[in-house]
Amino acid sequence: MKTITANRLVDGDVVWLGHNGEWVEFVEAAWILNTDEDMTSALDFAKAGEDKQYVLGTYAIDLELKDGHLQPKSLKERIRAQGPTTRLDLGKQAERHLRSA
Amino acid sequence: MYRYDEFDRDFVNQRVSQFEDQVRRRMSGELTEDEFKPLRLMNGLYLQLHAYMLRVAIPYGTLNASQMRKLAHIARTYDRGYGHFTTRQNVQFNWPKLSDTPQILHELADVEMHAIQTSGNCIRNVTSDQFAGAAADEFADPRVYAEILRQWSSLHPEFLFLPRKFKIAITGAEQDRAAVQVHDIGLQLTRNEDGEIGFVVFVGGGLGRTPMVGCKVRDFLPENDLLAYSEAILRVYNRYGRRDNKYKARIKILVHETGLEELKQDIEAEFEATKNGILDLPNEEVVRINEYFAPPSFEALPKISTELEAAKREDRDLALFSSRNLHAHKAEGYTSVTISLKPIGGAPGDATADQMDVIADVAQRFGHDELRVTHEQNLVLPHVKLQDVPTVYKILKANELADSNAGLITDMIACPGLDYCALANARSIPIAQEISKRFEEVKRQNEIGDLKLKISGCINACGHHHVGHIGILGVDRKGEELYQITLGGSADQNTSIGKIIGRGFPEAEITDAVETVVDTYLANRLDEEESFIDAYRRLGDQPFKDALYGA
Repeated sequence: MKTITANRLVDGDVVWLGHNGEWVEFVEAAWILNTDEDMTSALDFAKAGEDKQYVLGTYAIDLELKDGHLQPKSLKERIRAQGPTTRLDLGKQAERHLRSA
Repeated sequence: MYRYDEFDRDFVNQRVSQFEDQVRRRMSGELTEDEFKPLRLMNGLYLQLHAYMLRVAIPYGTLNASQMRKLAHIARTYDRGYGHFTTRQNVQFNWPKLSDTPQILHELADVEMHAIQTSGNCIRNVTSDQFAGAAADEFADPRVYAEILRQWSSLHPEFLFLPRKFKIAITGAEQDRAAVQVHDIGLQLTRNEDGEIGFVVFVGGGLGRTPMVGCKVRDFLPENDLLAYSEAILRVYNRYGRRDNKYKARIKILVHETGLEELKQDIEAEFEATKNGILDLPNEEVVRINEYFAPPSFEALPKISTELEAAKREDRDLALFSSRNLHAHKAEGYTSVTISLKPIGGAPGDATADQMDVIADVAQRFGHDELRVTHEQNLVLPHVKLQDVPTVYKILKANELADSNAGLITDMIACPGLDYCALANARSIPIAQEISKRFEEVKRQNEIGDLKLKISGCINACGHHHVGHIGILGVDRKGEELYQITLGGSADQNTSIGKIIGRGFPEAEITDAVETVVDTYLANRLDEEESFIDAYRRLGDQPFKDALYGA
C-alpha cells in the first residue's frame, strides 16, 4: 500500500493526495494506492498539483496496517504525519486534537 | 558594538525587496521550485519535515535586547512561540509560512538583522567565543576580526558559489571556546615576540561524515594580512575543491587529498600575489572597528561582592548557580552569566518567546544591553555586576531559565534530529531529554563534573558528536533508530575526534549505556579533580568497552 505526499507551497504544511486529486491535511484521508493503475493516476494528479504551484516535492510513501490503523511505514513519515514526538502540542497531532475538541 | 551603517541598511533592504519579489514569482508560478530553491536558501529558508524553517544570522553570536525582542515577536507572531538557538550561534524558526517570510525579513531588517548566508555554498556566519570582550583570560576581542571577516565575506562575488559551505571560527583566549580546530578556517589570536597581534591559522577542520582536526598552516599570521590570507585560502579552495561529489567537497578533503605541504605552497603562492594590495587591513579600519566593540564603561567595583557572597550563604541554589554559570570577567566586580537553555527534560537550545523577552529585559537592566548565543546552544549575559547576580538569578529562576548546569552532563548539544530535520536518520531531542532526566539529580551531576555530551541525528553532525567527550550518533538500521557512542572527542585547544566504542544501542538502551560510561569513569578516575576527558585519555577505551559489552 502506498500514498503520495508533499508539502504545500504557501506554508510548507504536510499534505497527502486525496481520492479525487485534492490535497488533504491528514494521512487518514489520503488515497490508498493498491494498484499500478492507481499509482499512475495519482502521479498525474501529483504533477498537476506541482504545476499549479499548490504543492512541492511530491513522492510516494509506503503505508502499513498497525493495530487496525493505516500509518506510514517509516518513522520519518510517521513524524511528518503526526508532528514532533517531543512536542505533542505541535503539528498534525495537535491540529487533530483541536479539530476533535 | 559594531555600528550598522547606511550601506548595510540599504543592502539588506534591497535583498529583502528582491526576496519579496522572488516569493511573489514563486507563488504565481513564474519561478519553479528548482529555480526558487537556491534563492530561498540564500535567504536562510529551508523546507524541513513539517514546514519551512528560517535560519536567522546572529553574527558571532552577538545581539542586543531590541534584537532579542524582535526574535521573540517573530516567534510569537509568525511561528509557534519559540525559537531554536543553534551551534552556529544562529537562531531557527521551525514553522514560518513562505508567504510570511518577506515580512519576517522586513521586521528583522528593522533591527539590523537578516538571514543572508545562513545557508548555501558560501562563507557562513563567523562564530566566536561567547565570552568575547568579557573573559578574564582573553587578550584581544575576536569579534573585531570576526566583524572584519563578516564584511569581507558578505556577498563576496568570488565566493558565493564555492564547492561547498565554508565555516570560520575565531577565538581570542588561550582556552578555545569556539571550537576553531573543527572549522574550515580556525583562527586563534596570538602575539609574536614583539608583542604584535596576529593569528595562528588552522585549515581543513570539520565534522560531518569525514571528521578532521584542522591543520596548522601558520604559527603567526600578522593582523594586517588577515583578509589577504583568507582570500588566498578561499581562492585555492574555490579553484581546486571538488565539485563532483558533495560529500568530498569541503576543504578538509582537499587538504587530505592534496597533502598539507602542497596545499600550503598553493596558499602561500596565492597569498604572495594577493598581499600588499587592496586587502591589506588598514590600521585605521582596525581601530575604527575596535571602537565599535569598545567595552561598556565598567564601574570601579571590589573584586568580591559582599552582596553576592551574603546572598549565596542564604540561598544554596544561588551558590550552585554561581559556581557553574558565572565566568570570570576581565573587569573586577563583573561576571558573565550563562543562561542555560538546557532545562531538565527540555529540548536543547529552545527558548520561548516569553523567555526571550525576559532575557532581553534582563540584558537591558543588568547587562549593558548585550547578549550572546553560545555554540553550545545557551545564551550569555556577558557583562553583569556581581552584586546584581542575585536579582538576575531570581528573575531567571522565575522564568525557568536558571538551571545551574553550565558545562555539566545535562548541558548537552543536540541537533533537531528527525523530529524536525529532513536530513536526519534518527531523533536527537528525545535522547537528550531522557539522558537529562536520568542525570537530573544536582549532586550527581556536580559529582561527575565537566562533561561535554553531544548528540547528532545523522552523519552531518550538526550536534558535534565527533567532538563530544561522549558523542552520540543516531543512525537508521533497517527502519529502527540505533545510537552509536563515541568517546574521547573534544573541541577545545586540545581538539580530538571521538572514537566509536562499539556496536550501537537501540533507543531504549542508549541512556543506560551512557550511564554505564559515566559510572565507569567515576569508578576509575584518580580523584574528583580528574575530569572525564582526562580520565579517558589516561585509561583508553578498554574499561568503557568492557563495561558496555562485557570483558
